[in-house]
Amino acid sequence: MILSSGEQTRRKLLSLAGRSFLFAVTSAAALAVLAIIFFIARDALPFFRASGVGEFFFSKAWYPAHEPPQFGAAAIFAGSFLVTGAAVVLAVPPGIFAALCMSDILPFKVSQVLKPVIEMLAAIPSVVYGFFALTVVAPFLQDSGRWLPGNIEIVSGVNALTASVILGVMALPTIVSVSEDALQAAGRELREGSYALGATRAETLVNVVIPASMSGICSAVLLGIMRALGETMVVWMASGNAAQIPKPWYNLLQPVRTLTATIAGDMGEADQMTGSAHYHVLFAMGFCLLLFSFVCNLAGEWMVARQRKRLRGG
Amino acid sequence: MRVSLFVAGLVAGCAVAQAQDKLVLDGSTTVGPIAKAFAESYMRQNPGVNITVSESGSGNGAKALLNGTCGIANLSRDLKGTERKAMEEKGVKPVAHVVAYDALPVIVHPSNRVKGLTIEQIRNIFTGAIRNWKEVGGEDRAIVVISRDTNSGTFETFKELVLGKEAKIVESAEYTGSNGGIRQRVQMTKGAIGYAGLGFVDRSVKSLEINGVAPSVETVLDKTYPISRELFMFTNGEPAPESLAGTFIGMSRSEKGREIIGEIGFVPVPPKQ
Repeated sequence: MILSSGEQTRRKLLSLAGRSFLFAVTSAAALAVLAIIFFIARDALPFFRASGVGEFFFSKAWYPAHEPPQFGAAAIFAGSFLVTGAAVVLAVPPGIFAALCMSDILPFKVSQVLKPVIEMLAAIPSVVYGFFALTVVAPFLQDSGRWLPGNIEIVSGVNALTASVILGVMALPTIVSVSEDALQAAGRELREGSYALGATRAETLVNVVIPASMSGICSAVLLGIMRALGETMVVWMASGNAAQIPKPWYNLLQPVRTLTATIAGDMGEADQMTGSAHYHVLFAMGFCLLLFSFVCNLAGEWMVARQRKRLRGG
Repeated sequence: MRVSLFVAGLVAGCAVAQAQDKLVLDGSTTVGPIAKAFAESYMRQNPGVNITVSESGSGNGAKALLNGTCGIANLSRDLKGTERKAMEEKGVKPVAHVVAYDALPVIVHPSNRVKGLTIEQIRNIFTGAIRNWKEVGGEDRAIVVISRDTNSGTFETFKELVLGKEAKIVESAEYTGSNGGIRQRVQMTKGAIGYAGLGFVDRSVKSLEINGVAPSVETVLDKTYPISRELFMFTNGEPAPESLAGTFIGMSRSEKGREIIGEIGFVPVPPKQ
């Protein structure tokens, strides 16, 4: 086809315009991330400059409203990690089993119905989860102590365990959905190849399908971790918000305080106008949260890349 | 251009705020709801009157009165010495009007055997020196301390009237974002102790006698209940009784105003004789 030179220029210009538009949209998203990092870092820095990092990371004394204030966030970091860790431990095994079940065991029609139902869990607003935790889970937990061995008395129903259970449920749809996609992506050829070699269904699952989709499962777990770490409303309502490290540290039946709940709960008091240390310390916490997710993301990318290399027969 | 016009409008609005048909209130978030409810009722009865209420905190309310940007400053505490001094230097004559009382009952689970505590005991419980109910005459049960978040005026009042300046709340204390939240946590938890505004306390929890005095409208009014405070509206000079500011503050002693204050959960001042 021969085009006139005018037509050709017009097409070139159109294509250039289209490409620049798409580039602009993409960079807007990237710029938004950079802008968020910049502004949070800008408001976090004054705190570190004025108070250093020693008290913030290593002291447990969190008395922001005291005179003079103390900003020891060690117990709050511990609370965030404890609640997130417990939520992941609770949610990952059932999440991956559910994904396996839907991708390889249940009839196609059943999993077609199940998957959207599980994904519905992600659509429930977090304040509703928090309300549920406060009015159903907490009283139930408080009463259940006497059925446990040793007749443990659970003094307060809002504690790390209540928050973890709910966070686990909230992370579940992410974990199930992403790992199920990964298992599906392993492909029919791989499974049929394994059957052709005489492997049973169980052997195929354990030795072929799971290893092949390991990277996807790992990113599912990482997404679940980030979901639990960043959740705010549920922990503010159900964790008790006590700035302490439980004794012993794994005692999930004591109330804890997380980074996200502290930011949400204290923001109103920490006045921007006065530029108080209390205001900046919250940004320091936000900055740390951002760093954690960043590290999680990088770790995920790295794992996926390594897996790909291995599968290619490296 | 539009922005500067808007700003000009704002400035003009402030300048005429003291005119007869406009009133600006600023200050405490605790007194704010009273002022808002008063303003709503007042404007319904007197169309054409414009009353705006901002809630920027007691300190900012005092600042606004000093700078003349509000006609009435709402404060949940008395003026500080530094604030009085600054006003004196600027020729502002603050006049205090008590519009209501705020009281904080200390609440426990209804099954708790303990009937009352002293302020000293409550302080020891909240600072962690007392950790079991048997130490104050109750059964052998761990105490669960529940506080409002440090963000709230309720916390500030409790800290000031019970804990004092130096005391730090025990690290195992739980924090809750609302008065209703505290009541709900206390009615659910056998070992709990908490505090909430007088209007939020009902039969689902038990209020303790403090130093032998149970919280009630009467004990707040005769000042025998120790955990209570006055809520103020401050004006620059005594307002004329028939002026907008004068009649507005006068509402706190009227039947309608006292009803409003009771509904919001505060204790109204005695009616005008």
